[in-house]
Amino acid sequence: MQTIVVKNINKSYEEAKALNNISFSVEKGELFGIIGPDGAGKTTLFRILTTLILPDTGTATIEGLDVVKDYKKIRTQVGYMPGKFSLYQDLTVEENLQFFATVFHTTIKNNYNLIKDIYSQIEPFKTRKAGKLSGGMKQKLALSCALIHKPKVLFLDEPTTGVDPVSRKEFWEMLRNLRKQGITILVSTPYMDEATLCDRIALIQNGEFMKIEPPQNIINNFPETLWAVKAEHMSALLSDLRNCIGVKSCFAFGEVHHITVDTEILSLESLITFLQKKGHTGIHVNPINPTIEDCYMQLSSSKGNL
Amino acid sequence: MNTSTVIKIQELTKQFGSFTAVDHISFDVKKGEIFGFLGANGAGKTTAMRMLCGLSKPTSGNGTVAGFDINLQSEQIKQNIGYMSQKFSLYEDLKVWENIRLFAGIYGVKENIIAPKTEELLNQLGFVNEKNTLVKHLPLGWKQKLAFSVSIFHEPKIVFLDEPTGGVDPATRRQFWELIYQAADRGITIFVTTHYMDEAEYCNRVSIMVDGKIEALDSPTQLKQQFNAKSMEDVFFRLARKAKRGE
Repeated sequence: MQTIVVKNINKSYEEAKALNNISFSVEKGELFGIIGPDGAGKTTLFRILTTLILPDTGTATIEGLDVVKDYKKIRTQVGYMPGKFSLYQDLTVEENLQFFATVFHTTIKNNYNLIKDIYSQIEPFKTRKAGKLSGGMKQKLALSCALIHKPKVLFLDEPTTGVDPVSRKEFWEMLRNLRKQGITILVSTPYMDEATLCDRIALIQNGEFMKIEPPQNIINNFPETLWAVKAEHMSALLSDLRNCIGVKSCFAFGEVHHITVDTEILSLESLITFLQKKGHTGIHVNPINPTIEDCYMQLSSSKGNL
Repeated sequence: MNTSTVIKIQELTKQFGSFTAVDHISFDVKKGEIFGFLGANGAGKTTAMRMLCGLSKPTSGNGTVAGFDINLQSEQIKQNIGYMSQKFSLYEDLKVWENIRLFAGIYGVKENIIAPKTEELLNQLGFVNEKNTLVKHLPLGWKQKLAFSVSIFHEPKIVFLDEPTGGVDPATRRQFWELIYQAADRGITIFVTTHYMDEAEYCNRVSIMVDGKIEALDSPTQLKQQFNAKSMEDVFFRLARKAKRGE
């Protein structure tokens, strides 16, 4: 069964087109990621699906309910964690949770089971004002508040932006656990490494979806030959690789550079010879599997946006 | 002081009441070095950086930034550094050239230099056609590239970059690092924080803060060896997991 169905959604702000003919659907119980940089349209999409703004054209349903006509019903059935921390800073941790439970005509006790794993981590600080919490703790409180009415669908807009790698990992572990409880989750992120933790992802750029697939399929269908190259002087290596015939693209990836190559022109051996002639030492070239970031850049350049 | 040392701090400490945000940290940063300043949220990075920029006085400890004493010469420090953060760097409702003009003026760049240098910068960035565009109409990646260029327009000895690439698309994020390399090659020291661990690999040296202290400081290669880790992400996880305090 499909929990979210979006058909041909368009949305513009004055002359800027935020969403351009977006269509997709999310299955019940799926963890679906919208992956893309700031300004790609992620938040606009979330605000339409949570009934906070209206699309210009197109339709969307959540659990069979229309986002325009049935907005009141939808609001009782979804949980929403906006990108910007939006809880009451001058209420305590417990008061915030109490408040959201009451607004949705329930109690903390009723649904404690659902939030236990997350809330128990911040419960020792339940008398602290929300404004005084650390970033990681705010995030856990916001997630608890979004869950307290036992929503069928959870919308998380960039829950890990600006969060350090350790806290990000912990947050994704919490999401995997929620998924096991049958909650459908739509989550957005600018961190491409998080894509592989989703069941399916949509890669978004300039208001358009470039691809909607399980992350592994996107990786498997990468159309180019990809090599990782390393040498003693990495910045000289970058410009030499870009000037090498047969190298189609070249980007720094941590301690190596990733290049896509035309193998009819350039072989692994001839690349090594080329680099040796340029004076490089400590050269390593290895064929590798792409990451989602490689895929994003390849799709993006094939659309002529690089 | 050795002229090639741009930052030298000893036992730098900042307390807020009974809470020690930065706990006796010491390190040197050399001219033209790209120095990565990592740590989990709440480890004390921002507090330490504010002291280095002359925005906050240390509780104890001492040091120099760009040749000036952080306890006594904070105004001179501010004039001799550049600063760029993810959150605020440019005025959205000013045009591209107006932002450059404003910041160049604030940093005291000479009138007869501003105009030709602005043209040169716009050329380098490929922004000539955007000269009269309001900054709010630029894509985020462009804004960040412009913000960085503005922050080093006055050729400071050192530039502080606080999560400069957060939320930026993958290709632009890499172009941004190429600008950083160019600046470092010209002798500008780069002091940068990031949550992207691949970017830690681009630094000459990296320090990792845990609970207010510097727990590790070395080149990425050495750190990986020291912690027997495959990547900087592994190194970070091993250290940051030990953190006891929240933010």
